[in-house]
Amino acid sequence: MNSLILIAVLLVLSAIGYQMGRKRALAGTGGQIKGLHSLPSYYGSYVALWCALPALLVIAFWLALQSGIVDSLLISGLPASVQALSEGQLNLLLSDIRNLAAGDITSKTPDPMVQAAAERYNDLRSTGFAAMVVVGLALGIGGLTIGWRAINPSFRARPRVEKIVHWVLILASAIAVLTTIGIVLSLLFESIRFFNRVPPAEFLFGLNWSPQTALRADQVGATGAFGAIPIFAGTFLITIIAMLVAVPIGLFSAIYMAEYASPRFRAIVKPILEILAGIPTVVYGFFAALTIAPLFRGFGESVGLDVASESALAAGVVMGLMIIPFVSSLSDDVINAVPQSLRDGSFAMGATHSETIKQVIIPAALPGIVGSVLLATSRAIGETMIVVMAAGLAANLTANPFEAVTTVTVQIVTLLVGDQEFDSSKTLAAFALGLVLFVITLCLNVVALTVVRKYREKYD
Amino acid sequence: MPEENTPEEMEVTVESNEAPGATQAPKAPPTKVNARDVNVYYADNHALKDITIEIPENRVTSFIGPSGCGKSSFLRCINRMNDTIDICRVEGKIEIDSADIYDRSIDVVQLRAKVGMVFQKPNPFPKSIYDNIAYGPRIHGMVAGKTDTDELVEASLKRAGLWEEVKDRLAQPGTSLSGGQQQRLCIARAIAVSPQVILMDEPCSALDPIATARIEELIDELRQNFTIVIVTHSMQQAARVSQKTAFFHLGELVEQGNTELIFTNPVDKRTQDYITGRFG
Ligand SMILES: Nc1ncnc2c1ncn2[C@@H]1O[C@H](COP(=O)(O)OP(=O)(O)O)[C@@H](O)[C@H]1O
Ligand SMILES: [Mg+2]
Repeated sequence: MNSLILIAVLLVLSAIGYQMGRKRALAGTGGQIKGLHSLPSYYGSYVALWCALPALLVIAFWLALQSGIVDSLLISGLPASVQALSEGQLNLLLSDIRNLAAGDITSKTPDPMVQAAAERYNDLRSTGFAAMVVVGLALGIGGLTIGWRAINPSFRARPRVEKIVHWVLILASAIAVLTTIGIVLSLLFESIRFFNRVPPAEFLFGLNWSPQTALRADQVGATGAFGAIPIFAGTFLITIIAMLVAVPIGLFSAIYMAEYASPRFRAIVKPILEILAGIPTVVYGFFAALTIAPLFRGFGESVGLDVASESALAAGVVMGLMIIPFVSSLSDDVINAVPQSLRDGSFAMGATHSETIKQVIIPAALPGIVGSVLLATSRAIGETMIVVMAAGLAANLTANPFEAVTTVTVQIVTLLVGDQEFDSSKTLAAFALGLVLFVITLCLNVVALTVVRKYREKYD
Repeated sequence: MPEENTPEEMEVTVESNEAPGATQAPKAPPTKVNARDVNVYYADNHALKDITIEIPENRVTSFIGPSGCGKSSFLRCINRMNDTIDICRVEGKIEIDSADIYDRSIDVVQLRAKVGMVFQKPNPFPKSIYDNIAYGPRIHGMVAGKTDTDELVEASLKRAGLWEEVKDRLAQPGTSLSGGQQQRLCIARAIAVSPQVILMDEPCSALDPIATARIEELIDELRQNFTIVIVTHSMQQAARVSQKTAFFHLGELVEQGNTELIFTNPVDKRTQDYITGRFG
């Protein structure tokens, strides 16, 4: 038996409630819709909502809280000697107990204390579940009865249902907002823990990045250096290369699409260009690592340049290709939004098409174009897969695009991949990097959106 | 009304004040634009049928007629703005100073410098007031250096009667002006490239009565130096500002002639119905 069945039962119950609500409303007027305050379906929905919503909400909370409560009950029932264990060992023991309770074979023959605990655990869980079923069904049936009894022909079901729907919508958006806030807060708290170990000034202005910390106290060497400048420099180098590729190509193709292309050409090519945005970034990543990087290296060799096999150039160029559609699609839209009357005015002055574009259309569309470029930039800064595969890991502080550099996102990945303890400076550094990255892209997005919005106001 | 304000200035105004009974003015002014059998098609839509009209130099000619009858389409033939519409096809002959403007040797860019246009909705460029005026002269290489441009900007704004209002704010965007000021800015912008003909497509339809009166005054002043063709929905406006009127109906040019004659003594029944407000 599991909770999905309980939920299904409740849904069936509320479907029955729907029918009952309709019937009762219609019965009150002898089957005449005219005598009802609202359409019959509103009476049905009212009963169904009363039946399902409170019960489902309670079950959701129950499921969210149950495991924590069961765990603490379990621990409080364990012998005092066990309770005195360190947090890590206690967790280990708890998972042993859970495994045993689930019937999994543990590595060693269970000691009687664990076995007893596992039984207790199963007991607690089944009691909890039984309680949940009882409470859930009681709420469902109770709600159904309350809703059903409220119904009579003059009952204003329509506004009530609308009101409930209103609250459901608020709840949904609250969940979205709260999740975002939660993520930001966890980023913030973990960063604060990091900054307790590594001073912010060292992190923000240090020139040396080598996050290897000693695993054991007696280990020598690796003490860890958390100067983030080289990796931010790497991020910006790659972003600049990407923008150097994406802005001209994207802008020119947008101008061509919006101003010169025949409608048929446009109808075919624009979607194709937008497909570029749909290619998974990991595909771009191996395209960069396996095709572009060797190409650049071979070309560099032939002209006597020393190009690393993982170079900022390869990663930046491919990233630029990836964000072309962001620039071109948005710019195309804003160029199209420039009123035809401005074009006519310019043509009527005897301007040629390219003069009109350069001197009238681009200036009119500039805020929107800037907005699209900023959005593309923030996309490039946050991009991970391409740089993981093509840019390398070495935190070089260099402006030379032929060398390997590393980026913030790459470092976050490498800091967290593999078996890690989550309280070392090394892993906490990932949160600090994430926080800074978040702040940067947030600022870019805010600026971009305000610029775009300002532009919108102008021509409406 | 305005032509009575300035009768002594020009000898050409004399015949517009002639007795309304005369069918043809004795001393006809030279013809500036001469259109012969012009047909305009938008894809399959035959929008204008065999339009033949002569537009006199240094006069205001007005086109009137109900919406969709092709006034704007014909106006756009005169500076070949129809070229910018893909589906539009123009047949027939239009001459300016006896030169066929649809001839292959004609550069449309130069033609449009010679035939300026003012639109229904004021459409200043997203630039400063100064740059709005300087735009045309710059692209046509008519000015060299800053003082040159300054002078031309000032002269154009003065002729459009806007100088006093904007001389202290030339760096502000053209869009910051009021609707009527914007429309005079657009007229100044057209004047700046010294055109010979100015086409105006319902230039006052987006303006209030005071701004409209101001533009009408301006049109009457400009007539001394330019040939003006104006499309208007308002018959009072046609009567006030123009010396010649052409009435379009369903793609045909029904009647044309001396403005006073058209309004006092229309020959065609449709003209009569339109100016007496029976349809339109
Ligand atoms: N750009 C265009 N594309 C297709 N048809 C057009 C276009 N402009 C005008 N037309 C058609 O040509 C006819 C005349 O229009 P128009 O010249 O704008 O009339 P008016 O200015 O007298 O109101 C109308 O039937 C209109 O539908
Ligand atoms: Mg029109």
